[in-house]
Amino acid sequence: MDFDLSEEQKMLAEQARGLLAERTPYDHLRRLIDGQAEWDEPLWRELGEMGFLGANIPERFGGLGLGELDLGVIAQELGRAGAAVPFSSSIVLAADAIARAGSEAQQAAWLPRLASGEVVACFASAEGPGPLLGQGLTFADGKLTGSKHPVADAGVASVAVVQVGGSLALVALDQPGVTRTRLDSFDQLRPHYRIDFAGAEAELLPGRGLIPTLLDRAAVQGAFEAVGAAEACLAMALGYVKDRQMFGRSLSSYQAIKHKLADMAVGIELAKSNAYYAGWAAGHAPDDLPAAAAAARLSALKALEFAARENLQVHGGIGYTFEANCHFYYRRERLLAVNLGPRGYWADRLLDAQPGTQAKVA
Amino acid sequence: MDFNDTPQEAAFRAEARAWLAAHAPAHEMPRGVRLDDADEAARGRAWMRELYDGGWAGLTFPKALGGRGLSGIEAVIFAEEEGRYYLPKGPFTAIGTGMALPVIARHGTDEQRARFIEPTLKGDLTWCQLFSEPSAGSDLAALRTKAVRADDGSGDWIVNGQKVWSSWAHLTDWGILVVRTDPSVPKHKGLTFFVVDMKTPGIETRPIRQISGMSEFNETFLTDVRIPDANRIGAEGEGWACCMTVLMGERLGSGAHRSGVEPLIEAAAKTPDGHGGTMLDDRAVRQALAETLADERGQNHFQARLRTMVSKGENPGAMAGMIKLAYAGRQQKILGLGMELRGLDAIAPLPGDSFTPDLQYDYIYSVVMRIAGGADEVLRNQIAERVLGMPGDVRMDKDVPFDQLK
Repeated sequence: MDFDLSEEQKMLAEQARGLLAERTPYDHLRRLIDGQAEWDEPLWRELGEMGFLGANIPERFGGLGLGELDLGVIAQELGRAGAAVPFSSSIVLAADAIARAGSEAQQAAWLPRLASGEVVACFASAEGPGPLLGQGLTFADGKLTGSKHPVADAGVASVAVVQVGGSLALVALDQPGVTRTRLDSFDQLRPHYRIDFAGAEAELLPGRGLIPTLLDRAAVQGAFEAVGAAEACLAMALGYVKDRQMFGRSLSSYQAIKHKLADMAVGIELAKSNAYYAGWAAGHAPDDLPAAAAAARLSALKALEFAARENLQVHGGIGYTFEANCHFYYRRERLLAVNLGPRGYWADRLLDAQPGTQAKVA
Repeated sequence: MDFNDTPQEAAFRAEARAWLAAHAPAHEMPRGVRLDDADEAARGRAWMRELYDGGWAGLTFPKALGGRGLSGIEAVIFAEEEGRYYLPKGPFTAIGTGMALPVIARHGTDEQRARFIEPTLKGDLTWCQLFSEPSAGSDLAALRTKAVRADDGSGDWIVNGQKVWSSWAHLTDWGILVVRTDPSVPKHKGLTFFVVDMKTPGIETRPIRQISGMSEFNETFLTDVRIPDANRIGAEGEGWACCMTVLMGERLGSGAHRSGVEPLIEAAAKTPDGHGGTMLDDRAVRQALAETLADERGQNHFQARLRTMVSKGENPGAMAGMIKLAYAGRQQKILGLGMELRGLDAIAPLPGDSFTPDLQYDYIYSVVMRIAGGADEVLRNQIAERVLGMPGDVRMDKDVPFDQLK
C-alpha cells in the first residue's frame, strides 16, 4: 500500500503550477473579464504544447497515455489558478467521451487535435433548469434538431458531444444547421452558450450506456479542480489575515479566524484524499469508481463551498470588490457545484454502491 | 500510488485473518448489552493475553522490548482485520499500550522498560491516566497536584492533589501521573512524570456518575501518596515532554476502523417510512448519509496518506489532529441522525432490540470523543498554529512563575 503521488506526478503538478502562476495571475483574469474574452487562448495553446491536454489520451492518438491521477493533478492546478480554459469541456468530458464511446475512425479524427489543443470540443447536456437529461432533442437520419443550454465553452469549440437521450452524438458546430448564442455567464471566465440545432448533421458515438461512467470520470477531475480552487482560497485567506492588523494585533491571531481556517484545511485534506483515491480507482478499481467518484465530488464541493465563501468573508468589505481576488472562486464554485448534475444524483450514486441500499422511490 | 496489498502485505493479512478466525470469535462481546465495568475490563485483559500468546501484541514495538518490530502498515492491516470482530478493546487496555508504553519506551530507563513493557503487552498490567484536574483540562499544564521529596532521605516523593476523568482508575493496576514538582518556574517547566501503583496507600478513586449512566471515569484523590524515585519517568522538570509523547499516541490512535455510517445505512434500509418504502428512500436521509459517508471515506484515505508519510519517514505532526477532529464531530452528527431515522422508537425501543440501545449509548458517548484527548477547540488551534502557521493565542501566563499566577 502506497498512498502518495509518484515523483513524476509531483513534478507534473509543479510544472503546471509554475506555468500557470506565470501566465495567469489574477490581474490577467481581470483583464480577460473586462475584455469579455471567450477564453485564454495563448494559455490553451501552451498547455497543448506542453502535453498537459493530452495527458490521459492514448499515445497512438497523440496523447501522453498517462492515467487519471496524472490528469487530476493538472486539473487541480487549473482549479487553483482559476484559469479561463475549456479543459473540463474539451478534455475531461468531450475527449473522454470520444475515447470511450467513439469508433476507431472518430477517435482518429478528433483525439489527436483535441490532445494538441488545436481543436476544442464542448459537451452539451443541460436543457434549461433542472438536471442533465437530454430528452428534448430529436435525432433521425443523421439530423439533429432541438436546443441545448447552457453549454460551456461552445463559443470556441469546433465540435460538440451532445447528449441525446441515453446516447451521445458528435456535431460539427461550424455548419448551417447550428446557431450559437452567448449567454451572460455567472462564471465570467467560462462563457456559456445556447446552441440551437436545426436539422444539423450529426453522427452517433457507437458506445452505448456509458454516460454514467463518463460522468463518474468527469466527477473525479471536477473534484481535483475543486480541491485546487479550495486550496487557493485557503492560501488567499491565510495571506490576508496574516497581513491585516485589527485592534492592535494580527487578524490571524483571533480564534474565530483560526478555527474557521482550520476547518477549511480539514475539509480540503479529506476532499483531496477522496480525489486521490478516486483518481487511482478510475484506472485500477473500476468497480469502485461510482462510489469513489461520488464521494470525491461530494466532499470536494463541500470543501470548496466553505472555502470560497469564508475566504471572501474573512476579507471583509474588500472581498466584495472586483479588485480583490475572492470573487473568481466565489463564482467558479457555483459553476462546479452544478455542472455535472444535482447533489442528489451523486448521493444516490454513492449510496447505491452500498450493498442492498438501492432507492425504491426515485 | 497503489491501494492493493503488496505480496508481503497480502501474506501478512492472510496470516492475521486465519489467526483471528481461530481465536477472536470466543472473545466477542454480546451486542445490545451494557456489560459491567469489571466484566468488560476482565475480557479486555483476556484478549490482550490471547494476542500476546499468539504473537500479535505490540506489533510496532521494537523486538528488543518484547514487540514484533513490524511496520505501521502491518499494524493497520491487523487492526482492519481485528476490526471485523466485536472485541473488548477500550481504554482499560489501550491506555497501557497506546500511552504508558510509548512514554516508558521513550523516556524510561532500561530497568523501567524491562519492568513494565512485557507485563503490559501480556495484559497482566493495565493502566489509567492521571492527568486532568478540576482546574486543568485543555490547559493541562495548569495542574496543581504537587510532589515534594520526602524529608527522610529516601529520595521518595510525597504526592498530594486531585485528578479527574481518570478512565478505569478503579479497575486498573497502575497509573501514569503528571505532577508539579517546582512551582517557582513557569507552568510547563515545573512538571515531572511518574508511574504509580494504584494500590499505594493514600490513593482513593471515586466513580463519577456520568450522563451515560456509566461510571468508567473517576475522580482520584492523592493524599500523602509515597512514590519511589525509581518510578519517575524522565528527569525532574521534563514532565511536559512526557505528556506530549502520551498525547501524540492518543491522537494517532484515534479514529475507528469500523465504519460508523454503514450500520446506519443498513438500519435506514430496515426502517419503514410509512409509505410502503424505507427511511432509505427519504431524500433528506439519503443526502445526509451520503455526505457523511463521503467524509468518512475521505478520512480513511487521509489516514492512509498520513501512514504513507510516516512510512517514508515524514512526520505528519498536527495533521494527525485533523483525523480526530473530523471523526468526533461526524460521529455525534450521524449518531443523532441515526436516532432520528428510527423515529420515536429511538427513545424507547422494545426489549430485545439489539441495535437501538447501542445507538443511544454511542450518541451519548460521542460527547466524550469531542472533549477527551484534545477538545475540538484545542485541535483547531493546533491545526491553525502548526499546520497553517498562524499565531498562538494571547497568553497571560507565559513566562510567569506558576506560584505567581492568579
